[in-house]
Amino acid sequence: MPPYKVLIAGDTALAIEFGDGVDRQLSAWVLALARRLNEVRLEGVIETVPTFRSLMVYYDPIVLPIAALVARIEALMEGVRTTEAAGRLWHLPVCYDRDLAPDLDDIAARTGLTRAGVIERHAAVTYHVYMLGFLPGLAYLGDVPAELALPRRDIPRIRIPAGSVAIGMSMSCIFPRETPSGLHLVGRSPVALWRQQTGLGAEFAALLAPGDRVIFAPISLREYDEMHAKAAAGNLTITPVDAARDAAA
Amino acid sequence: MTPALHIIRPGLLTTVQDLGRTGYQRLGIAVGGALDAVGLRAANALAGNAPGAGALEVLYLGPTIAIEADDVRMSFAGANAAIEVFPDVTAVRGRRVETQRSIRLRRGEVVRIGSLSGGAVLYVAVEGGFDIEPMLGSVSTDIRGGIGGWQGRALIAGDRLPLHLIGVTDRDECRIEGLDLATPAAVRAVAGPQSDYFAESEIAAFFASEYTVGAGANRMGLRLEGRPIAHARGHNITSDAIAPGSIQVPGNGLPIVLLADRQTTGGYPKIATVISADLPALGRLPIGAKIRFESVTIEEAQEMRRFLLAEIERINDKIVPIGRAGTDDVAPNLSGHNLISGVVGAGDWAI
Repeated sequence: MPPYKVLIAGDTALAIEFGDGVDRQLSAWVLALARRLNEVRLEGVIETVPTFRSLMVYYDPIVLPIAALVARIEALMEGVRTTEAAGRLWHLPVCYDRDLAPDLDDIAARTGLTRAGVIERHAAVTYHVYMLGFLPGLAYLGDVPAELALPRRDIPRIRIPAGSVAIGMSMSCIFPRETPSGLHLVGRSPVALWRQQTGLGAEFAALLAPGDRVIFAPISLREYDEMHAKAAAGNLTITPVDAARDAAA
Repeated sequence: MTPALHIIRPGLLTTVQDLGRTGYQRLGIAVGGALDAVGLRAANALAGNAPGAGALEVLYLGPTIAIEADDVRMSFAGANAAIEVFPDVTAVRGRRVETQRSIRLRRGEVVRIGSLSGGAVLYVAVEGGFDIEPMLGSVSTDIRGGIGGWQGRALIAGDRLPLHLIGVTDRDECRIEGLDLATPAAVRAVAGPQSDYFAESEIAAFFASEYTVGAGANRMGLRLEGRPIAHARGHNITSDAIAPGSIQVPGNGLPIVLLADRQTTGGYPKIATVISADLPALGRLPIGAKIRFESVTIEEAQEMRRFLLAEIERINDKIVPIGRAGTDDVAPNLSGHNLISGVVGAGDWAI
């Protein structure tokens, strides 16, 4: 059983905290507890929100008083395993062309790498989706290779375009929509991380989920333009790698 | 023609809100919903709607709306406001209407909601509600996420909000009496989740101090001015989830109380969390209001939640019929508007 703390976040939320910092093991515990809570469907638990190092459990104390919830979580911890199957694997296209990557030269200068070296390293790792937050569908992907870990820009941008692929500290993000941001822009992805479609469930609206794995696949500007046009017409379908393999078999 | 409310002027920040989009925070989707859920429920009760039906939430300065339906039953609950009804768009003389009541409006009539007083929010409900397709179970507008409500944004001039009903039944109009919709002098809060980021003396000072709601207040949160709170262990934490009513303390030490449109996760330590029973009153606080925080235990907070739920259960008992009159018979009124600026500043919230 992992060590954990129960933090009171008002009378309708408990943060179950496994530690501090951004860490795969902590994230594994967080996601494992989330899975357990989803499986047992405790009456009175409204929703859970995985973050880097804790799981927020929103509850209705009238249905499930705090003492009962804490006891149930303690019991569930005994059965929490982090060896269960990992999330889906995605290959997400990213265009690193100069026109779509305004900070690549700056990042190269600050890290002592070439542009190609920055791109190579950014696209070399299999990222883990720690959590979603800040905007609908926005996933925090880690960990960025240590050589590319930069603090946020001194002056945030008022607006970055939808699809911007950015890095900051140990995280990389694809922004689902235009937004202010202080992160460094390394490229652009044509993939819609968020699609507003009434009538569909949230799982169709957000592409990524906590626990998924992501590999960035570099594409040319021409490929980007083609895929972006398809995406704009609603015809760009991105499926997890395993699902694509299953479909082909 | 589709029955609709035609927005002639939008007001400062008028959005469609219901009780929020619960259940999707793990995907980064804010809960949102009415800042003052009691005010929303009162407006819906007056209009004869289900408690959680979508209504217009008006902040500080209201919209001007023309009626494009045979007739519409409209209700107003929340802050006080200068509301006038004009016979048509060209009329300069109107009849004053009080808040906390319903009225019946005819095709072509124009409702002008002026500046609010005694609170930041007013709810405007229509009988039958708006014909807007829910997004993930809610018609609440999430402006930052561009989701839900009317095209994912605040209303603008020229919008036509479709209505479910083209006409309404002949019945008594109503007033709501004995429901507390006032702004509070204090709200109650439980310490945590990050009390260990502050010395005990600083937590005590927070609960002993009076704060003023600063000009950066919006639907995401209230920036407070007053005694800064010192951090014991820095002001950056590994991001975690943000509960409603969380009081986070950024680097400058001035607390920010997070409201309905808060982002789902964030990276500042949170000294305390306003209890669920006081969230509706918290949401009414206007810029410039004074506010204190009273420390309560988690058990007390859960008991107070029961009291609030019981009060909500009794809202329908507080609805009193006032006859068939469309509007009050009072002298024509030519009041002006006072625009309060500086409310919306989404750029302040960038990661």
